[in-house]
Amino acid sequence: MSVRTSTPAPTRGPADDARVGDDESSPTPGRADDAAPSNPRRGRRDWAKSAEIAVLVGPALVVFLGFVIFPVVMAGYYGFFRWKGFGPPTDFIGLQNYVTIFQDPTFHEALWHNAVIVVMSLVLQGPIALLLALLLNRPMRGQSVIRVLIFVPYVLAEVVVGTGWSLMLQSDGALNGLLEKIGLGALAQDWLSNPQLAIWTLLAIITWKYVGFAVILFLAGLQGIPQELTEAAQIDGASYWQIQRRITLPLLGPTLRIWAFLSIIGSLQLFDLVYIIWGQYIASTAGTSTMATYMVANGRNAGNYGYGNAVAVVLFLISLLVALIYQRYVLRRDTAGALTERSER
Amino acid sequence: MTASTIAIPRARRPRGNAPLPWGSPAIYFGAFVVIALMLAPILYIIVGGFRTNSQITADPSGLPSPWVTENYAGVLGSTTFWGEVANSTVAAVVTTIGVVALGLMASYVLARYRFRARGVLYAVFAAGLMFPMTVAITPLYIVVRNLGLMNSLAGIILPQIAFALPATIIILVPFLRAIPDEIEEAASIDGCSRLGFFWRMVVPLALPGVITVGILAFIASWNSYILPLFILNNEASFTLPLGVQAFASQYSVDTAKVLAFTSLSMIPALIFFSIFERRIVGGLTGAVKG
Repeated sequence: MSVRTSTPAPTRGPADDARVGDDESSPTPGRADDAAPSNPRRGRRDWAKSAEIAVLVGPALVVFLGFVIFPVVMAGYYGFFRWKGFGPPTDFIGLQNYVTIFQDPTFHEALWHNAVIVVMSLVLQGPIALLLALLLNRPMRGQSVIRVLIFVPYVLAEVVVGTGWSLMLQSDGALNGLLEKIGLGALAQDWLSNPQLAIWTLLAIITWKYVGFAVILFLAGLQGIPQELTEAAQIDGASYWQIQRRITLPLLGPTLRIWAFLSIIGSLQLFDLVYIIWGQYIASTAGTSTMATYMVANGRNAGNYGYGNAVAVVLFLISLLVALIYQRYVLRRDTAGALTERSER
Repeated sequence: MTASTIAIPRARRPRGNAPLPWGSPAIYFGAFVVIALMLAPILYIIVGGFRTNSQITADPSGLPSPWVTENYAGVLGSTTFWGEVANSTVAAVVTTIGVVALGLMASYVLARYRFRARGVLYAVFAAGLMFPMTVAITPLYIVVRNLGLMNSLAGIILPQIAFALPATIIILVPFLRAIPDEIEEAASIDGCSRLGFFWRMVVPLALPGVITVGILAFIASWNSYILPLFILNNEASFTLPLGVQAFASQYSVDTAKVLAFTSLSMIPALIFFSIFERRIVGGLTGAVKG
């Protein structure tokens, strides 16, 4: 599954840390270090405890540092070299790679496409998912089946759906064939290679693939809204849509904001679908290239590993910047409430 | 953040055990349209595999007439396909075991031991969520190459474990913290060591959380694309996603066969999903809602 599933944490870290802190203050009988300071066995027990901690955390920490943190740090280092990837990097060129990136019109295009994808993913998926979630939140039969079916595209591999869509959308593919059959042949388009259209095709596919995830999140949020509130409003004579607008939507705010965060980060990192459907060369002429496909095309595929690493650093810094701004201005006011709402209730 | 928050979003049922009302036909119609849009592309892939290329050329959006099974039979009879299934399975199973084992051990310490570096350690793992695989892929490739793991499944398994650990730890820590201290106390009175407690009590009690993170890791590995793309260059080591892509470019004129290959490659994910659907959905919402 893509990064979309696994990026919630930054919002969570602080909240959890605070919780860890809380724990410390409460006396917990079963835990190791409540021996009196005068206890002569204390030293041995401390040693044994440290050993246990090392044995239990060690493997995870080694793998994590070696394959996540170390490569990211190395990217920062390699980014300063002109380097073909063989032997140690020796051709130090300072910020030259970064200057090249920011002067490359191809990168500007990719950055622009990413911006469009970020905004349009929110604009398209948000309202659609919200309507679907409200629809599916109404008691009706067959509800659980519908939920599962909406979620299917999200579970399938990007390669599978990408291959399927690219075959369907070819100019002599199934979609144009279908349009012709129902008498709308005039609407047939070159969905994938028309540069005016391709990014909208991409957005449609993204919406199709990821809207299920948003629906599931929103449904979970809706379950958390106490029914008493809507019942009370009903008794007071509020209409269905008034209730949704005045009660459901505001209470769903935290869920919406966290979903938007995940969607933004996922859009900035978008790679698989574009690379599978358009490939590295066509993506830039069709107007669907992203920063990640630019990175792979001009880094690894071109054999310029120093340059590729510099693009990775830029991509990371942009994502980080967006994440920090978002947390500072959007998530901040409700992080604590959003993340702990259930336990408070 | 207790274990109960990792709950499956379910329909709010009316009080009592009365069956759900039918609701209005308009809602069913809306739901039907949505489902049709969501499933049509998938059905196109599956059904298209039952047609011949001349059928597809003549009428790209038609139904098979007659239905042919040669495409599917051809793919199922090829050793390439089964080799890729085997590679994907090994990678996904070992990744899952690794994520669960390492994640559970680390989460146990982070949830139930008190020591000075705990907050820092948790923050380090949580920070991992800021580094999606896409960002790190270029340097990651160099690390894997320097370790001599190119073209081997170990070269994708180890990074997959590493990148799955942050989410795993964030899901598991609250689970483990929710185990009452009284249980640990009772176990210790009965002479159970802390490690013994881990094996005898923690692992069984954390099982729902473990299953959730295991499934997430399995599906992520099964669908993973960018990492195998960088690490696995030789066809014998391809996993299914790479196989689908290679097959699609190799047989680009044989659309029917590509469709058959693609639809067979999604069957394992679909089966897995239909068995564990509740847990997957619950895990994702749990991971986000905390």
